[in-house]
Amino acid sequence: MTEPTGTSKDDQEPTGGKQSSAEASGAATEEQRTRGGEPPREGEVEQSADGAADTSPEGGTRLAPTRERRGMFGVRGTGDTSGFGGLTLPGYAPAPAERPYGGWFDELADELADALDRNGIARSAVRQITIDRGEITFYVERERILELCRLLRDEPALRFELCSSVSGVDYTAPDGAEVRQPLHVVYQLLSMTHRRRIRLEVALDVADPHVPSVVEVYPTADWHERETWDMFGVIFDGHPALTRILMPDDWEGHPQRKDYPLGGIPVEYKGAEIPPPDERRAYS
Amino acid sequence: MSTDPYAEARETTEGTVYTVTGGDWDSLLDSVSTDEHDDRIVINMGPQHPSTHGVLRLVLELEGETVTQARSVIGYLHTGIEKNCEYRNWTQGVTFVTRMDYLAPLFNEAAYCLGVEKLLEVEAPRRAQLIRVLLMEINRIGSHLVCLATGGMELGALTGMTAGFREREEVLHLLEYLTGLRMNHAYIRPGGLAQDLPEDWKEKVTDFVKVMKSRLPDYDKLLTGQPIWKQRLEGVGYLPVDGCLALGATGPILRSAGLPWDQRKIEPYSCYEEFDFEVPTATEADCYARYRLRVAEIHESIRIIEQAVQKIEPGPVMVEDRKIAWPAQLSIGSDGMGNSLEHVRKIMGQSMESLIHHFKLVTEGFHVPPGQVYSCVESPRGELGYHLVSDGGTRPVRVHVRDPSFVNLQTMPAMSEGGMVADVIAAVASIDPVMGGVDR
Repeated sequence: MTEPTGTSKDDQEPTGGKQSSAEASGAATEEQRTRGGEPPREGEVEQSADGAADTSPEGGTRLAPTRERRGMFGVRGTGDTSGFGGLTLPGYAPAPAERPYGGWFDELADELADALDRNGIARSAVRQITIDRGEITFYVERERILELCRLLRDEPALRFELCSSVSGVDYTAPDGAEVRQPLHVVYQLLSMTHRRRIRLEVALDVADPHVPSVVEVYPTADWHERETWDMFGVIFDGHPALTRILMPDDWEGHPQRKDYPLGGIPVEYKGAEIPPPDERRAYS
Repeated sequence: MSTDPYAEARETTEGTVYTVTGGDWDSLLDSVSTDEHDDRIVINMGPQHPSTHGVLRLVLELEGETVTQARSVIGYLHTGIEKNCEYRNWTQGVTFVTRMDYLAPLFNEAAYCLGVEKLLEVEAPRRAQLIRVLLMEINRIGSHLVCLATGGMELGALTGMTAGFREREEVLHLLEYLTGLRMNHAYIRPGGLAQDLPEDWKEKVTDFVKVMKSRLPDYDKLLTGQPIWKQRLEGVGYLPVDGCLALGATGPILRSAGLPWDQRKIEPYSCYEEFDFEVPTATEADCYARYRLRVAEIHESIRIIEQAVQKIEPGPVMVEDRKIAWPAQLSIGSDGMGNSLEHVRKIMGQSMESLIHHFKLVTEGFHVPPGQVYSCVESPRGELGYHLVSDGGTRPVRVHVRDPSFVNLQTMPAMSEGGMVADVIAAVASIDPVMGGVDR
């Protein structure tokens, strides 16, 4: 239970980094559970408790953890005789970073907080800051993503002039366990002036997959957003022509959603029948 | 009498003569000649046209020979590689990503493995990192040669095509000798390499460098100073630096506009900081500048290869951690490639634990701690980025590839609109899109 990652049980943990997610995430989930188990509803603003909120743009609702994993081997539907089938590994929620962030992260967070104030954008636009494996992620309120991108591009101290990539992630649990706001849109931004990379992330409900388009700030996001619509069904409001890009125009469904089957047929190899990949036993 | 609308028949003294016309061209011309269409016609080029780089479809609106609007339609080569990765373990992912940008397979493998290693917080041994550099630079030469060759073919410089593919064959021969396969190597693995290089790799690489050095000047003779080549490319496909940044273009397109942005220099990975090489740039921002940059980059790659040959020293090529290191003591068995009998005998005879570990590692894969990373390398076409997400299991939650071909192809309308039809071909050739990477 204390080892949510379980990479290596008897070897040394390779996740020894200072801001490592592994232990912190367990703590965050724990924290949320002790708070009454009721995850905060959408729109309800939960202010961050620590005093660092003065200089940090961070504030707002915390992120929901992803799926719980059960059993040491993650085997479902077969006779797991190991006795470890009852283990429950808590879901992973990215842990909020604590000051000092280290490196240029502090400077960037301060500049962003100043810029938000100057432009009259509430600091709660940034829900959470996470630093993991040397990369900084800003979890953003979806209504603010366009303003925030414009700010990040135009402010001289920030100057993220290149949008490397926009894509989706579907955190829906394969076993149907409930995950709040499982649909994420991820923006990778690059500042060539300051040689920095950051990631913006927006969490969405599957029932309401709308997000403002950033094409007017980053024209390169055009195809990226079309691909994210095509693959994940995220609707980018304000996109000039949100049509499918990789799948045929008349395709139904969004293939990279977790509830969309991979497909495939069983194949025979040396007399044995091998099931298609999504029906094979998974160990996770 | 034939009633074929495309083979009009008329009677002559020699018999019936058929005039075969192409497709619906006549009816198209008839409809254009009536004024209702304002002399503008919309034509489709491709998918599968000799000068569209594979299954790319270009929709062009023409006014005479001038392109007024251009759009590209993609997706014809979509194979769902990103989704497939979610149903395989992290090591198996290598065999998928290597098939995306098939002209730069080793860059895909390296970027993916660097991402997985970042998630695992391990670092490949020095020898493995240097071998990765060596292989990537050999691969870069091959990729740029194909760009020159196909670009030459599309513009009518057919000797450029034969010369380019001849040299690229040398690259593929060398890669086959070093990694076992000409393409889709799956040689770079999370934690290091699948296995070490063959014993006489140094001689083979040195011979290759010698051959390339003797043949590269041919390209300058054949293309660089050639008046027709220059006329076709100079001032064509212009895209200045602000356009590049707005449209996300990286690689030779961005460097041809004067910005020396190269991941190898800016955020060095795999020991690139130890190598002495230049980042060629130009300021003309046209197709000719991009052509010259690619030739210059081939020369720089050769410099890096020569340094890598000096730097690579004996050592392990896989991380020490046996929980990650894939057991790959390979030999050629009766069924192709397999673990050598000697190795099987060892793990089966030595200890039960090592057999269990071997079995679990191969069937389950290793657990990757939860989190997400973005790792990118400088591929021949620009920034090749991998966004990898793990939830702690043995399979990725998400593998997203920021393929430079996909992003760079968006610049095609900006480069082509207002120019001639023939210049569209030159512009697309200078973008060098690889559809396997665009559609994934």
